[in-house]
This record gives sequence, C-alpha cells and structure tokens, in this order.
Amino acid sequence: MAARLTVAVASGKGGTGKTTVSTNLACTAAELGYEVSYVDCDVEEPNGHLFLKPHLGRSRRVYVPVPSVDTEKCIACGVCGDICQYSAITCLAGNVLTFENMCHGCGGCQLACPVQAIKEKGREIGVVEEGHAGRIVFYHGRLRIGEAMSPPLIKAVLSAGENGCLKIVDVPPGTSCPVVTAIRGADFVVMVAEPTPFGLHDLGLALDMVSELRIPHAVVVNRSVPGNDLARDFCRSRKVRVLAEIPDDRRVAEAYSRGELAFSVVPGFREHFEDLLASIEREAGR
Amino acid sequence: MKAAVTSSGQNLESHLDPRFGRCSWFIVADTETGEYRAVSNEQINSVQGAGIQAAEKVSRLGVEAVITGHCGPKAFRALKAAGIKVYTGGQGTVAEVLDKLKRGLLEEATSADVEGHWM
Repeated sequence: MAARLTVAVASGKGGTGKTTVSTNLACTAAELGYEVSYVDCDVEEPNGHLFLKPHLGRSRRVYVPVPSVDTEKCIACGVCGDICQYSAITCLAGNVLTFENMCHGCGGCQLACPVQAIKEKGREIGVVEEGHAGRIVFYHGRLRIGEAMSPPLIKAVLSAGENGCLKIVDVPPGTSCPVVTAIRGADFVVMVAEPTPFGLHDLGLALDMVSELRIPHAVVVNRSVPGNDLARDFCRSRKVRVLAEIPDDRRVAEAYSRGELAFSVVPGFREHFEDLLASIEREAGR
Repeated sequence: MKAAVTSSGQNLESHLDPRFGRCSWFIVADTETGEYRAVSNEQINSVQGAGIQAAEKVSRLGVEAVITGHCGPKAFRALKAAGIKVYTGGQGTVAEVLDKLKRGLLEEATSADVEGHWM
C-alpha cells in the first residue's frame, strides 16, 4: 500500500477529463482500502464535489495581505508606488491610492516605506471547504467571483489537505501560475490528454512546463478511439509514457452529465482505474 | 491649459487613440500657445495596471486635463486623485479635440465610462 504519495492530475487543454480521472481514481483507491484524500485545486470552477458528493463540514476563509496606509504618518514620498510591480499602490499629487485587487501581497511597500505608514490588512479571496465522501477525505477551494488571483487560495487548499496517505490533486487547466502552484510539491503528475490536434498542442505546452519543474510525469489518453494514434505517436516523439487509454464511450458522457462516476456505472471502467493506480505507483517508484 | 490627448501618432493631425492606458502616444499640448510634444506610452505592453501607470505618467507631465476615448475605473480614480480633469468620448484628430477643449465644447467626465480592459 502506498505511503504518502501525492498525485496531481493536470492537463494543458481544459475539458480533457481531469475531474473524471481524479474522482474515479480517488474512488478506486478508496475501494481498494487506501487512505485517500481528494483535493480540488481548480478553485475557479471546482466540480469534483458534483461527482463525489461530499458532506461538507469545516469552511475556512482565506485572505491575502494588502496594504493599509496611515494617511497621518504618510509623507507622500512615492517610494511605495515605485517599488510596486503591479501598480497596486501609487502616490499621485500627494495622495496615496491602493488598488487592492491588483496587489500580490508581497509586502514590499510596507518594507520600503521610510515612515512605517503602511500596515497589512486582509482581503478575502475565497474559502477552503472540507468534508467526507464515503472513505475519501475531501477538500476544495472556492475563489470569490471576480477574483483574479488564485494561487494563494490554491496553497491554502493544498496545505489543508496535508494528511492522508494517497493525495489526489485536481489541477486547474493550462500552464500558468495556478497550475504551477497546484503541482509543485506533487510526487507525480498525470497529464490527461485527448487525441485531437488542439488537445496535443496544449499537452505539449503542459509537458514543457512539468519538465521544467522536474516532476516525474506520464500521460493518460482520454476519449481514446481505435485507429486514432495521434496521442500515442505524440507521446512517443516526446518520450513520455502513456499509462492508460480510456476509451471514448457515450455511457461515460451520460454518467458525467448526470453527475455520476463512470467508475460505478460503466462496466470495465473500474479495471481501467485499478490498472492506472498500479501504473502510477510503479512509475512514482513506490 | 496643459492637456494630454491619447494619440495614435506623434503630431496634431494624428487620430485620437480611444484607449487611455494602452494608447500609443500622449500629445501634451498647451491650448494657449499651441505648443505640443509627443510622449511615448511605455505602458502599452504592461501586464497589468496600464491605466494606473499612464495616470502616473500624465500626472508627472503636469497636465491639467486628459482627453481620450474611454477611461476605466482604476485609471479614472488615479486621474482624479492627481487632480486631473478627464474628458472621454473624444473623436477625430488631436487638433480637433484640442480645439473643442479650448472652445469649451467638451464635457468633463464624472465617472469611468467603461469597465477595465474594455477592449
């Protein structure tokens, strides 16, 4: 049985099946007796709960630090605005203005202020919710609507899910900061790809990113169709292993549309995921 | 009055650039003497905060008014903090809008007229 393995399920393109793979993988592992946690880091649009249907318990608000200026102490020198790379604080005609949703919370302005006129206050960016879905310990983050900065919330979700022997992280799509935040610290990354030119283009970008981070990884091809070798050929050319090919099956889509796990309704699916879990453990070297 | 007009080019015959934060040039002109100069806008490619940085720039240039096509909420707030009058809805050449400003035909904006990143 796996001891403390964190598996991130990622993709370049959106909609390739990250949630399908991660939720079904979590259920498979739970049924095999693993202590498993499912951590949904796709905080802009978390959807794992639609399939795992957890009973949510604790909820915790997450804040980022933003500057609060004491206008009595401020000498309007403008140093805070000069140091800020994000235009979150600026001094115009003797008035210091802050733009809180531009702030990345680095604290630079506070350090630079020569008269200690800047203090930190918290700005809420979202919540972390915890619960249980059967034997699976469930965590997800929900970013406030309109909020642009998700990495601090993703970090909070990941640190909340710090227990459990097998941790499955549902990663947002793409290759940018939220993705890097969600997969950093993972022992292994599963890239879910669909065998289309668009899907493989974005898979290429995601493979570049994960290689740069030096995290062991492999590909799962979703909606695989007999005779379509695009994904297999692509992975061979990139020297990346394909751990599983999940067949394109209308019943899987139907189950998904009802918020059901393909694992429990489509015959043969369970075996795919048992094999996949074994492959991941082997590849991750445990 | 010293005014900045967002411009697609470097002279008075250039067309007004409707963007404030990401305009190509600012034509900084004195409506009394007719003197002007073109100042490039380095913020055109900034990742974020172009409007705020453009407001900082025109404030440093010492203008009393800005004439542009549209102005988002952050840029508007920054321009107001700097005590700069904002005129949105500008159209035509830089010379034409400066003439309108001089003759009092432009109406000062009391709020942002678009959301940020409107284009």
